[in-house]
Amino acid sequence: MSAADTRRAPLTLLTVIGVVALLVSLPAATALGATSIPWSEVVEVWRARLQGVPSEATSDTIIWNIRAPRVLLAAIVGAGLAVAGTVVQTLVRNPLADPYLLGVSSGASVGATAVITLGVFASAGTWALSVGAMIGAVVAAATVFGIAMGQGGLTPLRLVLTGTVLASAFSAVASYLVFRSEEPQAAQSVLFWLLGSLARASWEQLPLPVVAVAVTTVVLLLMRGWLDALLAGPDVAAALGVPVARLRVVLFVLQALLVGVLVAVAGGIGFVGLIVPHVARLLVGPLHGRMVPVAALTGAIFLVWVDVAARTLASPQDIPLSVVTGVVGAPVFLVLLGRRRYRFGGES
Amino acid sequence: MSAHLEARAVECRRGRTTILADVDLAVATGERVAIVGPNGAGKSTLLRVLAAIDAPHAGSVLLDGRPLSTMPARERARAIAVVSQQEVPPADLLVRELVSLGRVPHRSPWSTDSGDHALAALDRLGLRDFADRAVDRLSGGELRRVLVARALAQEAPLLVLDEPTNHLDLRHQHELLRTVQDLGLTVVAAIHDLGLAARYFDRVVVVHGGGIAAAGSADEVLTAELVHRVFGVRVVRVLHPETGEPHLLVDP
Repeated sequence: MSAADTRRAPLTLLTVIGVVALLVSLPAATALGATSIPWSEVVEVWRARLQGVPSEATSDTIIWNIRAPRVLLAAIVGAGLAVAGTVVQTLVRNPLADPYLLGVSSGASVGATAVITLGVFASAGTWALSVGAMIGAVVAAATVFGIAMGQGGLTPLRLVLTGTVLASAFSAVASYLVFRSEEPQAAQSVLFWLLGSLARASWEQLPLPVVAVAVTTVVLLLMRGWLDALLAGPDVAAALGVPVARLRVVLFVLQALLVGVLVAVAGGIGFVGLIVPHVARLLVGPLHGRMVPVAALTGAIFLVWVDVAARTLASPQDIPLSVVTGVVGAPVFLVLLGRRRYRFGGES
Repeated sequence: MSAHLEARAVECRRGRTTILADVDLAVATGERVAIVGPNGAGKSTLLRVLAAIDAPHAGSVLLDGRPLSTMPARERARAIAVVSQQEVPPADLLVRELVSLGRVPHRSPWSTDSGDHALAALDRLGLRDFADRAVDRLSGGELRRVLVARALAQEAPLLVLDEPTNHLDLRHQHELLRTVQDLGLTVVAAIHDLGLAARYFDRVVVVHGGGIAAAGSADEVLTAELVHRVFGVRVVRVLHPETGEPHLLVDP
């Protein structure tokens, strides 16, 4: 190999390291929180629970009913945001794209704000916030999709413009709802939700995001040859026999569903979906068969530890996750972009 | 593998402007046709229609008698390989990864490519040493040759090249066109250099004034009168003192 050659990290080794790191992180993260629990007890609770019986330990409830679902949700949401970021970056061929670019999360924030300030969907009980966010996300995604299609198709420029413009409009509506609310706590509740939180995590909340992340990842891996061709541009992909227009519709629907579900359970966690795909790309290159699994694993591990920081740094108060990801993420991103050798694509 | 390409009464528009009208063109299997013409005459537009990247506004393009418009995209991609002029691949893609994209029409999107075809294609163009280089480490000319390697990996009987010799130095211009010539494929290429068009192609088609101004062998077509009319420069045909082959001397 000459000096100009690029090395790719070996995928199998990287995957094994990632899986092991994640499997260690999950129980380890349940030991940390407002009350610290000795490691021996944590191990004991996990061993008992994985065999299907409750543990005798006094911390059984804290670890298994409160922290375990929260840690698992962090891993799933982290993986999901990384995968969603990959989808949007491939769809719009832009290094600054993140999962919230196409307006889905802004729509979700209108729904969530309406739940908090106006009390709509109160009949849904503890699910009201998720239901509101999901409905907002679906309405926003459908609007962006309809307008972009009506104006000539899901081309990158069209999508970015439509998504950005509508995101501003949705944010304005959400702000207005907060402004006219008479609930004194409303502004803070909305802000906390917008910045992302896993404080409401429960075992019942897990299945939907698990399915959304799994389905998206599998579909991406099944289409990886076509997605790789799309990296080289729409004309090249079309000349290689890729059904570009239909592929873009599939990618749009995937990101809309995934981001809608993630935002509904965890609010708007920033930076993960922007940075993690870049990190994965830097490690194993831009081909999707290598990049998607690495991004998902990295995102999962990253958010598990971000949430640990959010729970412990200002304990007993929870810090919103975007505060932590922003503080960690901004320098990481600047370092990444500052690397002379790293450019996302020819267009940057 | 045959690849008989035929354009019938093709009309191309960009917006409301008609770029080309009433174009009839037949390319026989194994024939190499050079499309020449001044900037903006519609060479690239015509190539995009012939390669089915764009649909013609009117008329039809047939491959072996079948309209391209009804052919499934994948099947079409196995029959026609395109090297376009303005492609900018992702900077962090490796050369072998880029060339492997040529296998996309031959495999299911969920399969993993072995990379053998890519390396063979790189070998053929003498680019094996570039296999592990990132695309942004290539010069413009190297990238052009890599893109031709991808078209070879695609194993299509019809090759459509939009100014393949752009950015290449003299030696590589000739090397590339000689390689293309040796492939024995059907080739349609936009070429700026009339000398290269005459030397490496069976037939020259001149695009000018919204249609085909002339078509035939280089000797018949590239007359001083036509070159002056189409390109606005005066040329003199002289015979090479050693080889006896005709050359065009430009005297603007």
